[in-house]
Amino acid sequence: MNQRPSYLIVTCLAFGFAFLYIPILSMVVFSFNASKLVTVWDSAHSPTLKWYYSLLNNGEILDAAWISLKVAVINASGSVILGTLAGFGLARFSHFRGRFTLNAMTTAPLVMPEVITGLSLLLLFVAMEQLIGWPAGRGITTMTIAHMTFSMAYVTVIVNSRMSTFDTALEEAAMDLGARPFKVFFVITLPIIFPAILSGWLLAFTLSWDDLVISSFTSGPGSSTLPMVVFSKVRLGVSPEINVLATMTVTVVSLMIIGVSLWMARAAKLDKAAAQG
Amino acid sequence: MTGRGLVVALPYLWLLLFFVVPFVIVLKISFSDIDLAIPPYKPLLVWAGKNALSIRVNFNNYAFLFTDSLYIHAFLNSVKVAFISTVICILIGYPMAYGIARATPKLRNILLLLVILPFWTSLLLRVYAWIGLLKPNGVINNVLLWLGIIHEPLTMLYTPFAMYVGIVYSYLPFFILPLYANLEKMDWQLLEAAEDLGCRPWQAFYKITLPLSRNGVLAGSMLVFIPAVGEFVIPALLGGPNALMIGRVLWDEFFSNRAWPVASAVAILLLILLVPFMMWYQSVQARESAGTR
Repeated sequence: MNQRPSYLIVTCLAFGFAFLYIPILSMVVFSFNASKLVTVWDSAHSPTLKWYYSLLNNGEILDAAWISLKVAVINASGSVILGTLAGFGLARFSHFRGRFTLNAMTTAPLVMPEVITGLSLLLLFVAMEQLIGWPAGRGITTMTIAHMTFSMAYVTVIVNSRMSTFDTALEEAAMDLGARPFKVFFVITLPIIFPAILSGWLLAFTLSWDDLVISSFTSGPGSSTLPMVVFSKVRLGVSPEINVLATMTVTVVSLMIIGVSLWMARAAKLDKAAAQG
Repeated sequence: MTGRGLVVALPYLWLLLFFVVPFVIVLKISFSDIDLAIPPYKPLLVWAGKNALSIRVNFNNYAFLFTDSLYIHAFLNSVKVAFISTVICILIGYPMAYGIARATPKLRNILLLLVILPFWTSLLLRVYAWIGLLKPNGVINNVLLWLGIIHEPLTMLYTPFAMYVGIVYSYLPFFILPLYANLEKMDWQLLEAAEDLGCRPWQAFYKITLPLSRNGVLAGSMLVFIPAVGEFVIPALLGGPNALMIGRVLWDEFFSNRAWPVASAVAILLLILLVPFMMWYQSVQARESAGTR
């Protein structure tokens, strides 16, 4: 099946990946540039780490990063719980009242334009405050609720697709042997879908960490997240510190993704070996 | 309530409260009058006199959107930009997804990782990178000047061209991944059979691969088209002040003009425009997952 690759396809792949990676590489390269002009390479004083130093001493960015981190961690943990429940329900219960609605409600946030989600959640929070006095004002709480609402949709999709591909025989065997459904879930199902839950957590974390639009609508005074600070800086022009931030982000994300995929590949190999042995 | 009910009740209620109810409120406020107050709209339900509750629905916001040509232009332009971007994504993404699906398993995993990686990196930062590439003294102009291909820097930043580059660049992985998932399940022996029976490779592709990957192309296209219509960040950073996109109009109405009812009316119209596509996407997804089992 793996025939000789055609030159056309190889060329397309090369151009496509160049298109995807040149912007990222350019940020990495220019993060070491001494010139404040960002894209004009100052060969006399570069490479330099001075923008790394200045980023790590930028109080505004560090404060925003701390807020983003808090929101992202709470969001990821919360949406993993909600998304796993929804994904589990959709994959295992083929008939229940509201299945269609739940399916639609977990698909729609994936494609909904962010401005609509952001505006509608803000108006909900304002209306709730008028009606029941909670949430009092906007800030980390409202942002986290907003992030969980769209993140859990992604977790649901990941968990659902993992649940659909594994054999239900294991769960049935455990039930036949007298395990309660609750125990079956924690002893059999959870370990099997754990890689999906981990990817879901990481994805939810990233979605929240990167979100600008929905955060801008639902945040309050004094709770600017990192993307909000970056956006206002970028609107005023390019800044070398943003290149540094991008380089650090890309490095962390790459290490994380490579680490997780190596770990999953190893787990899959062990699974295979266990099945054969 | 049964155990099953308890499992789905929590996510169900959460989405009902934080995803569905908000749209009802947006709809309500889109019918309200604008007001110089906090929050900046008049209530829809008013106690008129002693016991009479009067509902003051007005269509002024919608009428306003249809009389000022700015909004109609913004809607049409957004659909046009999203459509063209989707077509470009198909043209670039299809050969890539095809190439990845036909690579050896080891290479396939690496290529797939390379598609997923940008998707995990901040969209904002990746769009920002294009400012550095496209601006008058940016990387692309410097390289072209150095090579002697051009003698004056090209104006690329803050043009429609920059906006298309940004949208295609940001949404390309969203197109490639569902299409790859579809192509991966393809039985390539069908192609060999077609060639044995005298089909040319192009004919075989056109008659077999393309029709079989239809759902993948549709799903990927929807994942590009729908969010692109309402895109805010890319036109705001790369498109310049004249890039009239509806997501940006909504943002400005809300943040700059504090016209919440008008912003709500824009959101409702945008939603009406996009819901058919969302339903289409869901039915394509349903067909796709039914096909795998």
